[in-house]
Amino acid sequence: MNINMTLIGQMIAFAIFVWFCMKYVWPPITQALTERQQRIQDGLEEADRARAELHKANEQAEETLRESREEAARILDNTRARANQMIEEARNDARAEGERMIANARSEIDSEIQQAKSELRAQVATLAIQGAERILESSIDEKKHREMVDRLAEEL
Amino acid sequence: MAGNAPTSTEYITHHLQNLTFGLHPDNGWSFAHGAEEAREMGFWAINVDTMGWSIATGLLFLWLFRYLAKTVTSGVPTGLQNALEMVFEFSNGIIRTSFSGHSKMVGPLALTLFCWIFFMNSLKWLPIDLVPQIAHKLGIEYMRIVPTSDPNATLGMGFAIFLLVIYYSIRNKGFSGFAKELSFRPFNHWALIPFNLILELVVLIVKPISLGLRLFGNMFAGEVIFIMISLLPFWAIWVLDVPWAIFHILVITLQAFIFAVLSVVYLSACFEEH
Repeated sequence: MNINMTLIGQMIAFAIFVWFCMKYVWPPITQALTERQQRIQDGLEEADRARAELHKANEQAEETLRESREEAARILDNTRARANQMIEEARNDARAEGERMIANARSEIDSEIQQAKSELRAQVATLAIQGAERILESSIDEKKHREMVDRLAEEL
Repeated sequence: MAGNAPTSTEYITHHLQNLTFGLHPDNGWSFAHGAEEAREMGFWAINVDTMGWSIATGLLFLWLFRYLAKTVTSGVPTGLQNALEMVFEFSNGIIRTSFSGHSKMVGPLALTLFCWIFFMNSLKWLPIDLVPQIAHKLGIEYMRIVPTSDPNATLGMGFAIFLLVIYYSIRNKGFSGFAKELSFRPFNHWALIPFNLILELVVLIVKPISLGLRLFGNMFAGEVIFIMISLLPFWAIWVLDVPWAIFHILVITLQAFIFAVLSVVYLSACFEEH
């Protein structure tokens, strides 16, 4: 266990090992690890960005959903109002039509009554005269009496 | 165990003897037979087992991380890639928290130190007699498989760090800046320059030595305890061996971590402006 040349041999071996390590071992490993670090960092950043984008997209989807829901509600309201209005209009139309028809019927009835009246009147005059002729059997101044009876019929 | 029924002392000393190859004054170029011959070889000898196992574990580390470097993708990691990336991130964390300067070298250095020392230390988990027995069968007399329990290995790494500290200090601060830093701290007065110089040089030298000795001390002590435990009767060994091995999960990792962190801290000081 005495100091001898092994000391120097060990120094040389050590130097060679360190040199080899420095030349062929350290650089590729360091490079790969740095690259990996970069990739991990990129990945994390990418994930953050994606997360933010997802958040934004979610918000956008929600916004769109809310808008379409509002739109649908608005359309429904409009339609309902329009339907009500149409029903109201139809009702009004029907009522007006009914009233018009009633009025027509009424005026027709009136005119028919009037016609019947005038026919009756004409017939009454004739009948009255005939009746009177028959009663009197005498000659009567037809002209004179006709005027009288007509006036009478007029008063009917 | 080596030889026929060795005594406890023989067993322990045998286990603590490195396989040393060197120029012996009497035997010429040969493997040392025992501590005595190894000492006689002096400095110009080499601990073949320490070198072999440390290079093997170093290659294991490089192979694993070369595999990672080849298969690594910026996509989703799987299986082994995941585990190795964890280690990579761990040593990268050491740099981020302890290193203030800018250097292409310190990251790989921390990774190499942490993993390599961890692998060298973890050889200790192998049964204490397993590899030496196999080696003995192959005719190899001594085999210490934990390189970090050999002060040569740990101090070698420590001095490598020391050279780097000197190099980076001079490169970043200039030679005069470095010399000024050694001369005018902690006491900024010309009369105290020699005192400062001695103090700072001691601090400078102590850093790599403490690095190396801390690791060596921990590993050596652990190994000695393992050897002591294995002197027990075979049916009692596990009672102490298992807790000690579990405890070493902590020691092995912690020592590797401390060595790497302190090296980075020492190097970081070279990049700081005062």
